[in-house]
Amino acid sequence: MKRIIKQVFPQTLPVMAGYLSLGIAFGLLLQSIGYGPVWAFLMSLFIYAGSAQFLAVELLASGATLTHVALLTFLLNFRHLFYGLSMIEKYRGTGIRKIYLIFGLTDETYALLTGYQTPEGLSDQSYYFTVTLLNQLYWIAGCVMGSVAGRMIPFDTTGIDFAMTALFAVLVVEQWKTHPNHLPAITGFAITVAALYLFGADHFLIPALIVMSVVLLCLKSAVDREKIDE
Amino acid sequence: MNNMDVVLVIAVMATVTILLRFLPFILFDHGEQLPKWISYLGRVLPPAIMSMLLVYCVRNINLLKGNHGFPELICIAVAMLMHYWKRNTLASIGVSTLLYMVLIQSGM
Repeated sequence: MKRIIKQVFPQTLPVMAGYLSLGIAFGLLLQSIGYGPVWAFLMSLFIYAGSAQFLAVELLASGATLTHVALLTFLLNFRHLFYGLSMIEKYRGTGIRKIYLIFGLTDETYALLTGYQTPEGLSDQSYYFTVTLLNQLYWIAGCVMGSVAGRMIPFDTTGIDFAMTALFAVLVVEQWKTHPNHLPAITGFAITVAALYLFGADHFLIPALIVMSVVLLCLKSAVDREKIDE
Repeated sequence: MNNMDVVLVIAVMATVTILLRFLPFILFDHGEQLPKWISYLGRVLPPAIMSMLLVYCVRNINLLKGNHGFPELICIAVAMLMHYWKRNTLASIGVSTLLYMVLIQSGM
């Protein structure tokens, strides 16, 4: 157990920095509309989706209908539908833990588990499980801390959430080095930038994901000819 | 809103999120060989999605106004170059994040 934590913990440090700071921001915000630590805890435990929880604050404050809540959550978390596709084969043979692995498949957990290999001497399933669990613990801790004591942080943490942006930047390079074929990375980048330009910052993820999947399927023969690894 | 209403909002959000995360497994994970196109997408989407998430993180910077997104763009470049060169994750992330905090807090 100790060895697992020792090998996996360093990989999750950037997520810790990001989740704690974003979680604290969320807890503070939730507190500001009158909901305390118990609510922050329940939301981080059961919803466990950062952007959806920030949206929840707005929806609670404005008293939105449940249909509205369902629709907006669907649009906001639509991207998770695509993450599972890469994990179906990886998660085979993980037994009962698989339910939790799928439940906890956030952007950052997906990024770590597809970006890095299982460390030497660890089984895939304990690696996947430890990463998923540690990440959720950081998130719960951040959300609860923010709602209890967010105002008492003694130093200026502005900008620390950049750790998560840096994590994605690092994982882009990691993927670039491990995949001999760079077409998927270039396609993903070009289409996302085009979608951001066309649809604006609030609505570009869904069109970007759909278009990049279709384009990548059309490029299948070109990508497979150069053979990506595995 | 009373407590019951809040519980309902949380339950609806959790259910929708859980459904989205489970759907690919419900649809395609039936023990046998995956359809070729699914297994292909599963292989090529991670590098594409990683680029997408990176763009997503900086979706709100404005290249034309204010600081022109300089702190973000400089620090992303630092993280990527350092990682390309040394491939030390904690160093790449640590240095670029500290640099970002200094730039932002000094009012850039």
